[in-house]
Amino acid sequence: MTRFALIGGIYSNWRALETALSDVARRQVEATFCLGDLGAFGPYPDRVFPLLEQAGVLCLQGNYDNSLATRLADCQCGYTDPRDNHFARLSYDYTFRNTSPAHKAWLGTLPMSRRLDVNGTRMLLCHGSPRKINEFLWESTSPDGFLRYLLDDADADVLCVTHTGIKWHRDLGGGRHVVNVGALGRPENDGTPRVWYALLTIDGTVHVEFVPVQYDHEALAADMHAERLPGEFIETILSGWWTTCLEVLPQKERARGRF
Amino acid sequence: MDQVTSAATVELRHLDNLWIQVSGTRCNIECRHCFNNSGPRATAFGLMTLDAVSRAIAAAAARGVREIYFTGGEPLLHPHLLEMIACALAVAPTTVLTNGMLISDPIADILAALASEARYSLEMRVSLDGYTEEMNDAIRGSGVFRLALVGAVRLARRNLLPLITIVRTWDDGDELAMLAAFTRVLRNAGCDRPRIKILPALPLGRELTRVAGLQRDECVTMAMLDGFDRDLLMCSNSRLVTDRGIWVCPLLVEHQDARLGTTLDEAASSYELQHQACVTCWRYGTICGNVSAHIEGPDIAAAPEAR
Repeated sequence: MTRFALIGGIYSNWRALETALSDVARRQVEATFCLGDLGAFGPYPDRVFPLLEQAGVLCLQGNYDNSLATRLADCQCGYTDPRDNHFARLSYDYTFRNTSPAHKAWLGTLPMSRRLDVNGTRMLLCHGSPRKINEFLWESTSPDGFLRYLLDDADADVLCVTHTGIKWHRDLGGGRHVVNVGALGRPENDGTPRVWYALLTIDGTVHVEFVPVQYDHEALAADMHAERLPGEFIETILSGWWTTCLEVLPQKERARGRF
Repeated sequence: MDQVTSAATVELRHLDNLWIQVSGTRCNIECRHCFNNSGPRATAFGLMTLDAVSRAIAAAAARGVREIYFTGGEPLLHPHLLEMIACALAVAPTTVLTNGMLISDPIADILAALASEARYSLEMRVSLDGYTEEMNDAIRGSGVFRLALVGAVRLARRNLLPLITIVRTWDDGDELAMLAAFTRVLRNAGCDRPRIKILPALPLGRELTRVAGLQRDECVTMAMLDGFDRDLLMCSNSRLVTDRGIWVCPLLVEHQDARLGTTLDEAASSYELQHQACVTCWRYGTICGNVSAHIEGPDIAAAPEAR
């Protein structure tokens, strides 16, 4: 039996990361992978790096990481709505200013994908999709046929992604699976402050378990307040409802939220 | 001809988006900027049969289609549209581009039921081109504003959250004020979570006569695609099915050179970007999709990978 922990967007939520890594440490995993987007939204971006290093987490590059490393002007989320762009700019500028040059350079050394062969099960880990670092794979806009095409095209049986911030798992039959591992950085627009990571176990078949993480979100909100981050970001951490970056949500995911 | 002046050719990378011109060019209104000259008397394209639409959906699903779009004309003029939506939603997220005027309470009820039963998203895109009756109806026709708004509100009240699609008919500097005005009017009407998509005006169809001085001889050249992310062009990821064959994209439906065949296999051929509308698509990127399905960014395949 082989078990991996899979962590999605951390978004500088160092408190959730610390709690999740303590939980992972009790679960006898072979390795922990982070699928990218270490920064965004949250406070003190440099604090996640030592935590990841101490726990030996193997990281991939997300679009945020790619932007920081290559000193792009924005996060590459592709918003067109002026309000979403306004908050994306605040988040990116703060994260850029507060991520050390050494950490920015390190982000640029991370691979954009990672392949594993677990007793013949071919796994592909990436941030957005196998095609694009910033392609959103939402549950309600990723039909089975399209996912099979992605797996065929990538020569993979199991595909693991993040980028959207909301977890899901599709068993396509025949040992083929696609997993969006969700995000540790902010709640998933469900009205609760908890966040999530995924455990993937392969023992001849593939099992996916999503693990809720209850962390000290009020302390994180206090950190964000001290750093003068926007009240809208703090509200999301406290309430669990997304307040920004709403434009990219498809109908089903948007309708479940409050805003 | 060199790469600076000759039109570029783009391959279909994957059929992400199947567009279905389900009602042909038949429409209950006659907008002044309509890019394919739809209207009550337009006969360039006719209604598709339920059988033809079902076959197109099945063929696209077999190719791993990602999204299905119903367009026209006005799709709700088709007597079998609701059955077609159910057929599409069974295999992929589905979008209906409508003027909203025919969305009665019973139709909104059925759409809401279809949406809630489906695993995939149903997006209702309602066109509105002004935030007042005067501004909208000058473009879309008398009485249209009131009925479109009522239709949008019927969807919103059922949590279908219509995506309000607006063609930009103002200067860039006015964009924020315009968006704020649309948002306020939609909220006041009962769409309490407005979703808005702004489209550029297209140099096609009636728009050519609405706006004087449009440049008509530009094309997308090889040089323009140097370093450009081709996934942002519709022709790299979409095809349009009509009752008269398959076209490279919804915008070029009046150009015979853009008709690529009668089957998706035939229509998988590459296309030369020789029209002014191609330049608009190149300039704005993925203009017809709900949001950018492919957002410009690093290509995973081109990046180093650890094994």
